[in-house]
Amino acid sequence: MKILGLIAVILTGGLLLSAVHDFPDWGDTTSPANSYRLSQYYITETIHVTAVPNMVTAVLADFRGYDTMFETVVIFTAGIAIIGVLRRYGPGPKLAAPKETISKEKPDLIITTTCRLLIPIIQIFALYVIAHGHHSPGGGFQGGVIFGASFILLAVAKDLQTAQKWVPEKRVLKLAVIGILIYAGFGLVAMLFGSNFLDYSVLHPLMPATDSIMARSHSMLGVEIGVAFTVTAIMFSIYSNLASGGDLKEGL
Amino acid sequence: MIDQAPALILLIPFLASIIVALVGFRFRAVCYPLVLLGMAGSVWASIVTLLSVLEGGVIRYHLGGWEPPFGIELRIDGLNALVVVVVSSVSLLAAIYSKRTVLAENGDKVSQFYSLFLLLATGLLGMVLTGDAFNLYVLIEIAALTSYALIAMGPKRATLAAYKYVIMGTIGASFYLLGVGYLYIKTGSLNMVDIQEQLVARDLAGSPAIMVSFILITVGVWIKMAFFPLHAWLPNAYCFSPTTSSCILAPLVTKVMVYVMVRMMLTVYGAEYTFAHLEWSRIIVWMAVLAILAGSISALGQTNLRKMLSFLIIAEVGYMVGGVWLAEEMGMVGSIYHIISDAFMTLCVFLFAGIIISKTGKTDLNALDGMFKKMPLTMVGFLAGAFSLIGIPPTAGFFSKWYLIQGGINSGRWEYVVALLISSLINAVLFFRIIEIAYFGVKPAEGHDHHHSDGHDKISEAPLSQLIPLLGTGVLLLVIGLYNKDIVAVISDFLSSSNLGSGIR
Amino acid sequence: MLESLSPSFNYWIYVIIMMIGLYAMISKNNFVKKLIGMSIFQTAIILFYVSISVKEGSTIPILYHDQIHPEHGEHHEDGQGDHHQALDTLAKEHHDSHADHGDAAAGSHYPDLVIKPDDFSNPLPHVLMLTAIVVGVSTLGVGLAITQKLYGEFGSIEESEILDTIKSSND
Repeated sequence: MKILGLIAVILTGGLLLSAVHDFPDWGDTTSPANSYRLSQYYITETIHVTAVPNMVTAVLADFRGYDTMFETVVIFTAGIAIIGVLRRYGPGPKLAAPKETISKEKPDLIITTTCRLLIPIIQIFALYVIAHGHHSPGGGFQGGVIFGASFILLAVAKDLQTAQKWVPEKRVLKLAVIGILIYAGFGLVAMLFGSNFLDYSVLHPLMPATDSIMARSHSMLGVEIGVAFTVTAIMFSIYSNLASGGDLKEGL
Repeated sequence: MIDQAPALILLIPFLASIIVALVGFRFRAVCYPLVLLGMAGSVWASIVTLLSVLEGGVIRYHLGGWEPPFGIELRIDGLNALVVVVVSSVSLLAAIYSKRTVLAENGDKVSQFYSLFLLLATGLLGMVLTGDAFNLYVLIEIAALTSYALIAMGPKRATLAAYKYVIMGTIGASFYLLGVGYLYIKTGSLNMVDIQEQLVARDLAGSPAIMVSFILITVGVWIKMAFFPLHAWLPNAYCFSPTTSSCILAPLVTKVMVYVMVRMMLTVYGAEYTFAHLEWSRIIVWMAVLAILAGSISALGQTNLRKMLSFLIIAEVGYMVGGVWLAEEMGMVGSIYHIISDAFMTLCVFLFAGIIISKTGKTDLNALDGMFKKMPLTMVGFLAGAFSLIGIPPTAGFFSKWYLIQGGINSGRWEYVVALLISSLINAVLFFRIIEIAYFGVKPAEGHDHHHSDGHDKISEAPLSQLIPLLGTGVLLLVIGLYNKDIVAVISDFLSSSNLGSGIR
Repeated sequence: MLESLSPSFNYWIYVIIMMIGLYAMISKNNFVKKLIGMSIFQTAIILFYVSISVKEGSTIPILYHDQIHPEHGEHHEDGQGDHHQALDTLAKEHHDSHADHGDAAAGSHYPDLVIKPDDFSNPLPHVLMLTAIVVGVSTLGVGLAITQKLYGEFGSIEESEILDTIKSSND
């Protein structure tokens, strides 16, 4: 197997390297990828057609919004898949016998105090990252992961049960579903207004004092919030299922 | 509403899956009707789309209202309009079948199972509909993640098979992603049609990077469709998974990947580029011959019903890859027609295997002992699938083989024709063995205590929720066979619009 | 030698990292190590894509605040002329390319803003890789869940040991 693997790897590597000399130079502004009208359009026109200064967010949530919706669905799928594979309901033999038992001592004072101070700050920062995705690096995925991390920190610092009180499994599913429904909802409402799926520009009658360009900008924010819901919920769900071997009782 | 049909094809099952995930947690009884509703809506939308494609030609649906290449588009021509109808109706039939088996196999996780089931259908439908090379990658991953989970929800051995599938599937998808990257670095575009235009406009036919991207994408897709030397993940994955999972995975995943290969070859690279290197196609047809023979011969040695059928899938993939690479119009027609007929044939035999396993609790061929007396209607449904796999007229399988063999003869690849005939012969041996066991019972030497227990067994006809999809598939196989001229006319229309003739010398 | 490599240095590095990952995926016996290899493989692809987007002398594809609102606070009431002067520093020669998409920009909130494409790196690969990262995380999560289930069922995450268990149970 090792030799076979080595041969496969060398063949693949050789194949990939054989084309490297055909690539444009690193940092070349005239390379096809950088000079084609696609990337030029994104850079020069994004601000005009969507009023969003962060081109990555605009391309992500609007031009390629269909991709991003399915990206959220990938996260959602992973969450459901992990629950489907690992989750065990009710009592039953614990599948993975832990080799080292988890200490039942009370958590350390320094750790709990630090977490109590840190977690709100992490969560506020996460909200900032979500809301400010139009103007600076950030957006729903990044903010959602940070928000989810705050719950994971709680679970690590205290125990899984404490974190479960904040986000029990049913709430996880609800949050994840609501997130995707928000995203798909923007698209479906656009369909009701007689345009194509995810065409935010027709949504301006719903939003006060906006034209079709600002409607795109506002809808992107809405969509990012939906993404954040799903990512937060699923990140915590993945952690809690993996950490507890699927019974959500006691984990790391 | 009709204008929106292309998007509705996948949005309906997608929304249904989300609602199932939310509501099914508490109200388990809602899941099954919701799944049926979602898939039925998808079938309706796909048929509407097919009709409007037949009437008005290619449909281009711009998502988000952005013109391609700036936005993503759904691009539906004759080829994917046909395939999308197949994918949605196969999923619907598998969904009807699932009523009892899901409760029996995954009773505590019904809502998760159905949610994943619908997401898998969404991913496959999206792969067929999309006109964007990167969007295809995202949807490949959705279909892959759901299939890993659907397989891993089975018993012990299934988990190991699912793990192997994770590794192989990720390598395949990553190769595809790298291939798209190599295309992007040379053309600067991601839209399939636009990439093709750029390849011509920039005169990239001789570029090594494009060549490497072609190899990467082809190999990546081959891993995903279990083409012969790369097939190792498939037999165990489909053999040990829950029967409901195998009923949707086995007919669809490999066939949709064959569709992706055809789409890449004809739409992205263009027939002219693909078949410019005829030595390639010669080698690949030989590989296909090996795949057909290896799949068929391995199937002969199996005693487990589903494992035998899984090896037949590998042989069928060989048929289709070989037919495509014959570099000949009839072979291409045969391959695309075979995507359609093979999806239903595989569904038919896997439904049958599922019924047998859930009725008898046994997985080997001897479980079929005397089934003609116990469940005659089920056996009639099975016969349609078996005759189709063997290639007995007027079933769909006969006509697809007919076109494939014609393609082989036209292009002078006799090795391919011979392999097809040998494989049909082996299929005949396999299925007549099953029919013999089911009609006359197990030979006394093999299982004497089974032989006299006919009267005592409580096995009777399968329930309606399982009979309807099985018999429905059987009827569909006949319908597809009888209307083969019309289907082939649609495929030929598509091929003539993609300049297949100019690329083939 | 080194000079001939330097324009494509990133691409060489990415191939080497990818080979390490792929080797681990195929050859390692431990299921978690295989998943680590998978992660390395996917990271290599991200490096490759991000390398495409780089332009010499460009910055991240986000417009600065000053660029959008050249004279702070008075952008709405002001006359158009002042805007134009302030924006003169921004590549005027690209007016022509801007005019090509003139109809798309109708109704723009920043009608005088002209952006030079070479100032910003290509945003598209970044977007694609955001998607690929998410996909990578999801695959890794599902892979780990399956590994954990395997450990529960076979008591091991070594491939050879699990195969032995299966073989002995079949005999």
